[in-house]
Amino acid sequence: MRHEDKLPVLLQTALSDPRQTGAQPVAPAWRAGTDMDRARQQGRGRAGVAAGAVALPTDGLPRDPLARRITALHFPTLAMDRYLRHRDRMGNPVPDDLPLALAVDGPHGPILHATNRAARLAGMRLGERVVDMRALCPDLQVEFADIAGDRAMLARLMLWCRRWCPWTALDGETGLVMDSTGSDHLWGGEAAMLRDIEEKFALMGLSCDPAIAPTHGAAWALSRHGGLRETCHGPELAQRMAPLPVAALRLAPDTVLLLQRLGLKTVGDLAAVPRRALARRFARAPLGQNPLMRLDQMMGRLAEPVQSPDDPPRFAVQSRLPEPVIDPDPHLPALAQDLCAGLAAEGMGARRVTLTLYRTDGEVAALSVATARASRDAAHLLRLFEGRLERLDPGFGFDLITLEASVVEALDMVQTRIDGHVDGETELARLIDRLSARFGADRITRPAPKDSHIPERRERWQSAMVPAAGALAPPRRPRPLRLLDPPEEIRVLYAVPEGPPVQFTWRRLAHKVTRFAGPERIAPEWWADRPSARLRDYYRIETQHGRRYWLYREGLAGDGRGGPPRWFLHGVFA
Amino acid sequence: METPVRCAPPAPKTAAQLLSDRATDTVGAADSPTLTEIFAENASDGGPLGFLLAQIDPACGPVLWISDRLSRQESGRLCIAGLPRPLEVIAVDVNRPLDVLWAMEQGLGCGVLGAVVGEIWGDPPQLDFTATKRLALRAEAHGVAAWLIRRAAHPNLSAARKRWRVASLAALPDPDDSRAPGAPLWQATLFRSRWGAPGDWVARPTAQGGLHLDHRVEADAALPRAAEH
Repeated sequence: MRHEDKLPVLLQTALSDPRQTGAQPVAPAWRAGTDMDRARQQGRGRAGVAAGAVALPTDGLPRDPLARRITALHFPTLAMDRYLRHRDRMGNPVPDDLPLALAVDGPHGPILHATNRAARLAGMRLGERVVDMRALCPDLQVEFADIAGDRAMLARLMLWCRRWCPWTALDGETGLVMDSTGSDHLWGGEAAMLRDIEEKFALMGLSCDPAIAPTHGAAWALSRHGGLRETCHGPELAQRMAPLPVAALRLAPDTVLLLQRLGLKTVGDLAAVPRRALARRFARAPLGQNPLMRLDQMMGRLAEPVQSPDDPPRFAVQSRLPEPVIDPDPHLPALAQDLCAGLAAEGMGARRVTLTLYRTDGEVAALSVATARASRDAAHLLRLFEGRLERLDPGFGFDLITLEASVVEALDMVQTRIDGHVDGETELARLIDRLSARFGADRITRPAPKDSHIPERRERWQSAMVPAAGALAPPRRPRPLRLLDPPEEIRVLYAVPEGPPVQFTWRRLAHKVTRFAGPERIAPEWWADRPSARLRDYYRIETQHGRRYWLYREGLAGDGRGGPPRWFLHGVFA
Repeated sequence: METPVRCAPPAPKTAAQLLSDRATDTVGAADSPTLTEIFAENASDGGPLGFLLAQIDPACGPVLWISDRLSRQESGRLCIAGLPRPLEVIAVDVNRPLDVLWAMEQGLGCGVLGAVVGEIWGDPPQLDFTATKRLALRAEAHGVAAWLIRRAAHPNLSAARKRWRVASLAALPDPDDSRAPGAPLWQATLFRSRWGAPGDWVARPTAQGGLHLDHRVEADAALPRAAEH
């Protein structure tokens, strides 16, 4: 039951699911690899995959800069293809012989942004003013281009391209780039993969020029200025790049013009110029206007890795509100139910849930809660947000609210009891969740004792969000019920310096020692302590009021580690 | 260590059930888990804590131990190595007494817990009759024992079903060492009780970890005394 203004955004949409789009009925084989499966189960996104797949060479040899295989995809007519597809879907297709152009606003009126084949044949040129082109071709039909829509579609295509290899990124307004190193053999080699890419995009009605080269720059150049589905390997890289025009170097138009005026028309011409001369001429130019740096990138002398953005969260729901509101409370239950329904369908449970408010003034307010065990119980998740929504600043109102499960874990179905009760462990985990949501996860602790002789080191507490640690064997000597942290210094009267105290003053009160047990000597741990640490002689004493304390003397008189020994009260016995 | 299997808690009782239980079965009601307050005669005394721990059964489930900042600062943190019986503790360190009460209410709603212990320093205004009544009713409805340890506090108006005042007494002699303190003894005064008569006892932990109450005269006669110094 999803109405229109609430769009559950699952990553695996129809577009991005390779099983539904492609002709193959099964997922590509390499997705079943152990690395990918583990990453998907853990829900870690791209980082986990990358960490598993990129292994540094361990043989100590220097890496070959031209060893990678970069695939560049160029969509020369993306805007027009998308528009034609849209018209097709609306049941109003554009006739092939109708000259059609998409326009954007220019400094002196609209200019042409994209043209169809008929318009190109009629002599329409991109970047010219619409009025000029109308003069040449009076029956030119002009529509306005949807730049933002094209960009969003390209971003979706980028994710969809991860069907071929795990690292893809945007490359300008009309291109994508993929690091297909080691992925091509899964598709039957590079040529077969390029054919597959072209075919898949053709089925979607998009024309695509793919090319593969050892560097991003070379692949870009081949996809724009090379032949059909071209591949190029390291040894012939310089030879293949030489005849390409300097525009293939991803330079700004004015730099291209400058180089042409200098008589440097091809990449080969530029490469033949002494390096020092180019460096002097373009020393301060930024990357887009620096032919030398672009040339180095193309030839692999300058590293340019593909920066692949993370997957969007796999489980996220959003609610788009017709007008800005201040209070997120009434929208949460429906969002949580949708999210939990999505999680249940995939057999997952959320460990961390983030609520994000997109404010009308351009700010984003976010709040996240964590759970000790994976959960997909909407009521429980809602209770974690209770009392914390006040801390979210809604500003003048927000019009988009999203709820995403940012960390998910597999959560199998469990049989509930016949009377509808959940089991005890779940109940306890939920209590810890609620307390942690209110006080912070570091305030809810469980003992995690460390094997140490020093009493305060043995007592360690860790967050209850992580599973409980095992218990240690109980100590052989009696230990107090409470430990003061830090131990409090006392003033002591004693009969002999190495003996027990007779009387001590603690918190400005004098206590007389009636009985004592000890000393129990605890030496410093030389592997963990500073060399100046002193030993401790512990006494279990009883005062004249019947209270039992744990005192210690730090050090011995004349042990050469400081002045006279000091006394501390460390614990309280029952 | 294998994890113990815990059964699901029974459904919480309704108010009508609580009333009828109380009217029909006064003996059973006295033993059922409820809210108990323990006042420490001296803030730094460990006796009230030992008195409390002797009455918590580890088999009932984990214990939620909530303490406010002043309690931790003045009387220290719980030391797991010194517990008389191994106990599964979940510690909640909060700042304000109000947060202690909130966390106790949350814990009392979770029936798998064995007990919920709150340590509150002084006499905060939030700890009034209403707050204690809420705790008591919630504890009885869910069958989870609630304990309040009060230090540097006055026994003001409260709905706690039992209110104890506990102080340490001189310990029993150690059988192996005549100069050393042995098993602890406590002076326990029940100054308000809903079901039983108030009284004054000498309390000591038993060898099995439970609590044994002696009348003062009996205790004087039965227990060996330490040699006076």
